[in-house]
Amino acid sequence: MRDDPPSRSKPTRRTFLRSTGTSAAAAFVAARVTASVPPAPESSPEAPEGPNIEGAVSVTLRINGKTHALRVDPRTSLLDCLRETVALTGTKKGCDHGQCGACTVHVNGRRVLSCLSLALLHDGEEITTIEGLGAPDALHPMQAAFLAHDGYQCGYCTSGQIMSAVALLKEPCGPDDAAVKELMSGNICRCGAYANIVAAIQQVRKNG
Amino acid sequence: MHTFKFVRPPDSQAAIAMASRAKTAQQGADVRFVAGGTTLLDLMKLNVETPSRLLDINRLPLGKIEATADGGLAIGATVRNSDLAHYPAVQRDYPVLSQAILAGASAQIRNMATTAGNLLQRTRCVYFRDTAMPCNKREPGTGCSAITGSNRMLAVLGTSDQCIATNPSDMCVAISALEATVHVQGPKGKRAIAFSDFHLLPGNTPNRETVLESGDLITHVTLPPPVAGSKQVYLKLRDRASYEFALASAAVVLTVMGGKVTRARIALGGVGTKPWRSPEAEAALVGQTAEGASFRKAAEAAMNGAKPQSENGFKIELAKRCLAHALQTAAASG
Repeated sequence: MRDDPPSRSKPTRRTFLRSTGTSAAAAFVAARVTASVPPAPESSPEAPEGPNIEGAVSVTLRINGKTHALRVDPRTSLLDCLRETVALTGTKKGCDHGQCGACTVHVNGRRVLSCLSLALLHDGEEITTIEGLGAPDALHPMQAAFLAHDGYQCGYCTSGQIMSAVALLKEPCGPDDAAVKELMSGNICRCGAYANIVAAIQQVRKNG
Repeated sequence: MHTFKFVRPPDSQAAIAMASRAKTAQQGADVRFVAGGTTLLDLMKLNVETPSRLLDINRLPLGKIEATADGGLAIGATVRNSDLAHYPAVQRDYPVLSQAILAGASAQIRNMATTAGNLLQRTRCVYFRDTAMPCNKREPGTGCSAITGSNRMLAVLGTSDQCIATNPSDMCVAISALEATVHVQGPKGKRAIAFSDFHLLPGNTPNRETVLESGDLITHVTLPPPVAGSKQVYLKLRDRASYEFALASAAVVLTVMGGKVTRARIALGGVGTKPWRSPEAEAALVGQTAEGASFRKAAEAAMNGAKPQSENGFKIELAKRCLAHALQTAAASG
């Protein structure tokens, strides 16, 4: 009988992406940077994260409570910065044009679309992504409610849905389902898990 | 996306000086102010906008809402749409503005989009957004693909044989009915522009959408003092219940005394090449009994002269019903 390799040494999709995604993306972006942008002066005393990209500029983001001194191409959206530079792939890219809500994160506690914003616009600001909301053994109540109510099918829109739903708790919102649906209308789910998503949100609101 | 230099000007004067070097403040500007970025970044990804310089104005002192000396309201250029919609004095005195903003985009986008950015929102005409297609607004002289193409969402009022693109804003429709003033600081100093003069009809120069010149920075918008006892409604009709642009919308600010309309301010959205104030509808309504027949007549007056295209003729009747229903709802409200 053949021995299976120990499971802990098996690369998961997530660890694989973490180890290769950043450098692959960097090579792609670097090839597209033109020489018209003068390199920013090296001012950060600590070595910044991210690849050495021609024309890159410095930006410091507070992501999930941790400070990241980064160097990015000025064109980098906040979404691409989170996924490719910082390797936090929980935030998803759907349409990349502000039409689907999959990329929703919190900036200074408010929900925004990370695809329609530049990383450079958020220098010094507090970003919260799905990774900062809860942990597998300590889920945020909204994450637990999505599980309990089956608020997803394929899961691709789910992190955006949950980030939106958590922000909604602090926004003016009427008590009924219609009010929740209106405030969640910026998050599209192609599987059509809407009814269960509304139920999950209402349960968290009810439990206060 | 074309690359650009990202600059954070230390103050408004510096921002204006940097922006004044651009050849134009209209389509194709090589310097752009950026605040929320929701329109600009979208169009830069499509290579419809290709600025070589972005000036971040988020940290300039343009983010306040304040009462004005005459009892009106001054709204800073970088006030987020969500903050404006939920501002107590706006909900109390200018509810049509709050309703219009909350009928637009999504909660996430309203948290990003700003007052000035919304004034400068660009059309969603599919040909404007596609650099493979001719478009007089994007590339003057190349022709209008929409007139013979997909034009269901496009305008029936204020069009020309060069351009039929719709102004997509909800906020601007309410701002128009509220007779706001746009305040601009430019290389030659400050000036105030009546909102009805701010946007331009496409005519032969659809690439020019506003009266802004290079270096002009919108600093704030002022609303005149609220009209005591006015009834205000924003009604938006669209293909789905939420998160969609208007097929037709109406903002109405109505004063009714003794069963008669004594004052009316009316603007339409989704049907015009600019936020569409309708003095014709207002004139048709003032002095009339506040009832369905008068509202229908006002709606007929508003759409008199509307020009349908191959796919959007339905908008003319839809806009009439939208306006009549908005007027009816306003008249019936407390």
